Amino acid sequence: MTRLVISAIGPASSVQDGGRHGAQRYGLTPSGAMDRLALAAANVLVGNVPLAAAIEIGPFGATFTARDGAVRVALAGAPRNADISGRAAAFHSSMTLADGEALTLGFARVGSFSYLAIEGGIAGEPMFGSLAVNARAGLGSPYPRPLQAGDELQTAAATGAAERRIELPALTDAPIRVVLGPQDDEFDDAQKRLFLDAEWKISATSDRMGYRLEGPVIKHLHGHNIVSDGTVNGSIQVPGNGAPIVLMPDRGTSGGYPKIATVISADLGRFAQTPAGKVFRFQAVSMAEAQAEFGKWAELLRTLPDRVRPIENFDLNIEALQDANVAGAAVSAVDAGTWSP
Amino acid sequence: MSAKLPPPRLLPSGDSAITVEFSRNIDDMANQRVLALDRTIARQTIAGVTEAVPTYRSLLVHYDPLQIGFDALSAQLLALAQLPVPPFTTTRRWRIPVVYGGEHGIDLEDVARTLSTTPDDIVARHVAGDYRVAMIGFTPGWSYLSGLDKSLHLSRRQNPRLLTPAGTISIGGVQTGVQCLAGPSGWHLLGRTPVRTYQLHRDPTFLLEPGDAVSFAAIDKKTFTEQDRAAEHGEIVAELIAA
Repeated sequence: MTRLVISAIGPASSVQDGGRHGAQRYGLTPSGAMDRLALAAANVLVGNVPLAAAIEIGPFGATFTARDGAVRVALAGAPRNADISGRAAAFHSSMTLADGEALTLGFARVGSFSYLAIEGGIAGEPMFGSLAVNARAGLGSPYPRPLQAGDELQTAAATGAAERRIELPALTDAPIRVVLGPQDDEFDDAQKRLFLDAEWKISATSDRMGYRLEGPVIKHLHGHNIVSDGTVNGSIQVPGNGAPIVLMPDRGTSGGYPKIATVISADLGRFAQTPAGKVFRFQAVSMAEAQAEFGKWAELLRTLPDRVRPIENFDLNIEALQDANVAGAAVSAVDAGTWSP
Repeated sequence: MSAKLPPPRLLPSGDSAITVEFSRNIDDMANQRVLALDRTIARQTIAGVTEAVPTYRSLLVHYDPLQIGFDALSAQLLALAQLPVPPFTTTRRWRIPVVYGGEHGIDLEDVARTLSTTPDDIVARHVAGDYRVAMIGFTPGWSYLSGLDKSLHLSRRQNPRLLTPAGTISIGGVQTGVQCLAGPSGWHLLGRTPVRTYQLHRDPTFLLEPGDAVSFAAIDKKTFTEQDRAAEHGEIVAELIAA
C-alpha cells in the first residue's frame, strides 16, 4: 500500500480534521484543526471532503517521503519554503510526489500551522467520528499522539488527476473580533475597556489547549473563582493572575475562571495563526454581526471547490517561485499583476 | 398546579453556544434544573442544537447559527427551562468499589487529622453518602458528584499535584469526584477505584451519565488488584444496582 513516511517533523504536528463532536458532556474535548479554513482549502485541492483528516504541521520544518507509489498532496495555511526533491513547491496548489520523492518544508514564515492534505485522505480508525489527535485522552488515529519522525501514514495511490490551484481571499490584519460574555459581568467597565483597548501578544508558552496572552493585567470584580461551567473554542478566560487565556480546540470542556469574551467563529482560524509576540487587538461586535460573519465564513468554506482552477504551466512556475522565495531576480522582473486572474 | 420557575440567565458564549445559567453557586436545585433541561433537549430535539454540556449550575447549549439564531434559541430555552422539573424516572444507580487509604489514598490520614477524626470514620462517612453525577468535565470521564456530607467539606490543597493516578476518588470543596485518567488535581485523594468511567473500545465507552446516582463500597487491596485487571480487559466492575 502507498505510504507517506514522516522523515522529519517538529513538535506540535499531528493528524487533525473537523474534530469529534457530541461527547463534551463526558469531558471529551472536540480537538480538530486550529485553522479549519486552511485545512479545508488543502483538502478540496486534492478532491477530499473539506474537513477530512490531514497533517497539521506546527511552526517548525518537516519532510515527507512517498513510498510504494506516488502520493498527491496539497499545502495550505502558514506559508513556508517548500520543495520536492529540489524543485520549488507552491502552497494552494496540488502536487504529486513520485515514489521516493520527498517534500521538504521550512519554518512557518507567517502564522503557525500549515496543512498537508493527501489525496484519498489518511487511513485510520475514527473514534467518535474523527481521526483528530487528542494526546491527553489517548485518542487519534493512526497515532494517538503528535507525529514523530519514522511514522508512516497509509494512503491512496495518486490518481494522476490534473494539478489544480485555489484562490483564497487575502488575510487581513484586522482586530480579532469577540462577543462579550458569558461572564463579562465579573469585570467592571474600566476593565472591559482595558481588555478591548489594549495591545496584546500571544505568549510563546501557548499550545493547542490555550493561547496565553501578554498585556495589561485584567482585574476581576469578585475574585477569580467561579463555579466551573462549559467552555467553547475561543472562550477568553481570565485566571487569578489577570493574564487572559484563549481556549483552543484541545481545551478542557469546563473551566472555573470568569470568561470575559469569546472570539467569534469566523476569526478563530486567523487568531490561531497569529504568531507569538505579534501585537494585535480585540474588537467587540454584536451577536448579530458575529452570526452574520459566521454565515459568510461558512459560505466561503462551502464554496471552496468553486475557487479551484486548473493550473496553467506559467501559473505553476510563477507561483511556485514566488512562494518559495527563490530566484528573486527572475521573479521580480515579472509584474505579478500581469498574472492576476 | 405548576407555577413557572424563576428564569435562568441566558449568556452568550460566542456565536455558536448559549450558557443557560441557573445559579452562580454550587446548588443542588440548580443542578437538578440543569439536568432536567438537558433531558428535555435530548427528548424534543430543537433544530440547530448540536450538543448540550451540563455543569453544576448551567447548561451549555451548542448550536448551528445557520439553522437558528441567538434570539430564537434563547426564547425556546427560556420557556423550556421554566417548566417544572420532572422527577428522575429512569435514574441509574451505580455502586463503585473503592480501596481507601494507604498508597491508593495518600491524603486519607491528613484529611482525618484536619477533621479531628480517624481514617476509618472518614471512610465510613464517604461510603454512607448518596451521590449524584452533577457534571462530567475537565478530562474524559472526570465525574463530579454532588451530595458530599457537610462534615467532609474541605478547601482544596494549597499546592495542586501535577499528577494523580487514574481512578482516583477524591474530595475538594463541597464535591467528591471519580477521576478516570491520570492528571493534575488539587483535591484530597481518599482512594482509588478499578472502575474506568472512560474506556476506549468498551461498550459503553463512557460509563456514567450526568444525573446517575452513585454510591461507594470499600474494597481491600487484593480485590482492587483483581478488579483492576478485569477492568483493564474491558469489564465494567461497577455494579448497576438500579436502572
